[in-house]
Amino acid sequence: MTATSAAPARRSRQRRFTAVDVILWAIRIGAVLIIGFGLFGSVGNFLAGQGPSATAWRDLVVAGLAQGAMYGLIALGYSMVYGVLGFINFAHGEVFMAGSLIGFFAADAMVRGGLWERNILLALAILIAVSVTVSTLMAVVIERVAYRRLREAPRLIPLITSIGVSFFIQYSFSGLFGVNVRSYPALPGALGGRVSILGVPIEATKLIVIVVAIIAMIGLFYFVNRTRTGRAIRAVAEDKEIAALMGIDVDRTIVMTFAVGGAMAGVAGALYGLLFRGIVFYTGFLPGIKAFTSAVLGGIGNIPGAMAGGVLLGLFEGVGPLLILGGLGIPSVTQLKDVVAFSALVLMLIFRPSGLFGERIGSEDRA
Amino acid sequence: MATTTTPEVAPEVAPALEATPFEPRRGLTVGALGALALILVLTNGMYLTFLPRELVVGVLDLGTLALLLIGLIVGSRAAVHLPRPGRVDIPTVPRDVVVSLLAGAVTSLGAVLVVLAIDAPWDLRSAFPNLSPQLRTALVGEAGLGGLLTSIAAPILLAAVLGGASRLLGRRVRRALVVGTEVTLGLSMIELVARDLLGNVGLAALHKAMWVTNSGIRPLPAVALFAVATGLAFALGRRGPRERRFHAAEARTTRQRTVVLVAALAAALILPAFFGLIVNELLVNVGIFLLMALGLNVVIGYAGMLNLGSIAFFAVGAYGMAVLTSPTSPTFAPALSWWVALPIVVGLSALAGLLIGAPVIGLRGDYLAIVTLGFSEIIRLLFLSDWLGPYFGAAQGIRSIPGIDVGFTTLSGIDPRGMLYITIVFVLVAVYVSKQLQDSRVGRAWAALREDESTAQAMGIDTQQSKLLAFVIGAILASFGGALFAAKVGTVFPNSFALLVSIIILVVVIVGGMGHIPGVIVGAVVLIGILGGPRQPGLLQEFGEYKLLIYGAVLIYMMLQRPEGLVPSVRRTRELHAEEFSQDAWFDRKGRFIDDDADTDDGKA
Repeated sequence: MTATSAAPARRSRQRRFTAVDVILWAIRIGAVLIIGFGLFGSVGNFLAGQGPSATAWRDLVVAGLAQGAMYGLIALGYSMVYGVLGFINFAHGEVFMAGSLIGFFAADAMVRGGLWERNILLALAILIAVSVTVSTLMAVVIERVAYRRLREAPRLIPLITSIGVSFFIQYSFSGLFGVNVRSYPALPGALGGRVSILGVPIEATKLIVIVVAIIAMIGLFYFVNRTRTGRAIRAVAEDKEIAALMGIDVDRTIVMTFAVGGAMAGVAGALYGLLFRGIVFYTGFLPGIKAFTSAVLGGIGNIPGAMAGGVLLGLFEGVGPLLILGGLGIPSVTQLKDVVAFSALVLMLIFRPSGLFGERIGSEDRA
Repeated sequence: MATTTTPEVAPEVAPALEATPFEPRRGLTVGALGALALILVLTNGMYLTFLPRELVVGVLDLGTLALLLIGLIVGSRAAVHLPRPGRVDIPTVPRDVVVSLLAGAVTSLGAVLVVLAIDAPWDLRSAFPNLSPQLRTALVGEAGLGGLLTSIAAPILLAAVLGGASRLLGRRVRRALVVGTEVTLGLSMIELVARDLLGNVGLAALHKAMWVTNSGIRPLPAVALFAVATGLAFALGRRGPRERRFHAAEARTTRQRTVVLVAALAAALILPAFFGLIVNELLVNVGIFLLMALGLNVVIGYAGMLNLGSIAFFAVGAYGMAVLTSPTSPTFAPALSWWVALPIVVGLSALAGLLIGAPVIGLRGDYLAIVTLGFSEIIRLLFLSDWLGPYFGAAQGIRSIPGIDVGFTTLSGIDPRGMLYITIVFVLVAVYVSKQLQDSRVGRAWAALREDESTAQAMGIDTQQSKLLAFVIGAILASFGGALFAAKVGTVFPNSFALLVSIIILVVVIVGGMGHIPGVIVGAVVLIGILGGPRQPGLLQEFGEYKLLIYGAVLIYMMLQRPEGLVPSVRRTRELHAEEFSQDAWFDRKGRFIDDDADTDDGKA
């Protein structure tokens, strides 16, 4: 499956070794050297008792897992839409942002009403419900207004449209809700601190994020694999025409795909608020791009792959700067967190566009 | 017979003539969408910000124009009937206008909701900062909801009726009216330009007669202009719009082209002398972004690769120039003159084009877009980082970049006119290079690649080399812009090179017309000149923070309605509208309506 998509590039490589190949190999070797030397340096530092302590590493891993779980949730939307329609829905990050930002107002109202303190579990459920509703609606409306008419259009047209949609939503939100950062309330009581799991103290917020993300992913997995609609989504992703012949309502299924992707982004939006607190109209961009990276890492169209890709990227981004760049002696590595993520995206797309676990896209989307 | 696919087969029988049905529900749906748009425009503060800007003094302001636009779109959309296979509709206009009116009325209700929201006992303003008492005053004054009738409902209903009734008119008349409106509105926005120009040639009286200083056009001249422009457009517009666009470019003779070219050149050389500081400053911005757009045009318009990281090359140009010329560059400060540094900067950008281009040219179109985006963000973040801070000054950037020494004077941001002249020189170079390349062997190779990569390869085109060359040329043209930008602004810092700029340049190229130099120029002048660049204000400063919203909306609109742009290239239009456009390599998605492909794909799966 993957061999077909990479075939043209490989054929030309056999013909002769061009300057392009030299550059590609230079990038490969450079990446391996940087990672190798960085790891070597970090391990050396650690053994010599320098650098971050074991606890610091553990916290980074936990933070990376929490962040990765979120990326995974957003990545599902990219992956499923790419699987079904074959284009990158650039506006998906905005769907996530919308859920998160509106979720803030729900959380704020619950704080003022006292529910947040009284029954945090109910409050969290309401928060997630609000965020999911907003994101789902948003995703469905975007599909209806912007993408439906481009179903048959060349692949790059919906991509460019989605960039426009992303811009439009961002700056609509900046106008509607102002440019100030909205800050989610902290979790009350014991949930604001750390809890001990198997003797390891973990911040309760991160634990909640990871648990909710796992529940959402299991729910989605069940939905896609066991329900009728889920089967329809997979069938449409495989081949729209045959699916239509089998009596599947393609339009409805595509809407469902957007809705499910939006719902997952909504869950992620609420979790993002709990984890990072600050939300503003441009919050969607970076997590969006990183979630797309996760989707590519796991193999686009591959649903478990997207989840795994998210967790991997979160870990890589959490630990990578310190582990690799810190080992090279580069100062203030946390600034370079996004560079690490973007490099992962670039390297992955260049050298293994089909992802770690293989892409699953319909026959007509394979260029 | 209940199939789920859309009916695509045209019936063999002769189409039946039939009156279109009366569809009030359509009016309600369209009206509801319009109401949402109205609520957005009111609640995001756009309306209130736009109100003070007069276009036709005492008659029309920018805020009301926004309302009219909503009404017009709602009205005309409501009157459109879905095509019914096998029938040719007889338009039933009076009934359609009723539907338009209904849609307009529903739209206006959006404003009622906004006023009610402002009056609501809950504190909505903490969520929506623009639901202010000022907005209420602007909408209804001190009165109750009745005030909305004049402020909101009247313009929207009027425009909705016009939008619905416009279907009465023939295409030629409608087109002429659109041109007339565009010309009048355009002239109402350029008061400042007219003031400079007319004032400096001794026609200040004419300016005074037609415009109000720092405001819009006077009503009487507006009507006169509208009449003249509409009349001219009607007289000249013999053929329908699409055919005309198709044929005009081909029919133009070499002599006509020369005349246009010479006129444009003369205008470019003479006009800056008559413009004041502000207009020249705006035009410098236009020129600098135009250079970027021309660079992007080579990559996206000619070679068909969607580069979302065009800002990277601009950044390399600007930072290269800053490091090489600024005496206060942190570590390495050779303090060269601009002209000595220029070839080095161009070389660096070409190298960047090569290094970014080489790994991406093998990727499929959408992945290429994302990877270039990734590269540009990596470059910006590296410039921003403390790690490279000792070389590039991190967040503070590099300051005191000297101007351009041209012998008798030094050109920099404080002298917009001089800056404009040198920018024009570089724009001319870029246009010349683009044009020559487009008509050259490699230009034809790009066109072939764009339309069908496999075939191009089979015809012996070295695809790798051609694509790389596009990236390198694009990078060089963008680096001109960067080098000029550094000299003009005097300071470079990483946040000037955000992804935002790449997107805005993409909008400029797409709005103008991909692969068509006049289109790109028009796109840059209209968008950057009037709306403004990413950080730079345009002629209508009221657009301010809303310009990015408008850029997004424009991009969506163009992609849905006119992907070939406002001033399209003939070839591109054909590619985008031809039936077999799904085979276009640039847009390599195979449509499902091609049955043969579905069959052959089965073997692979």
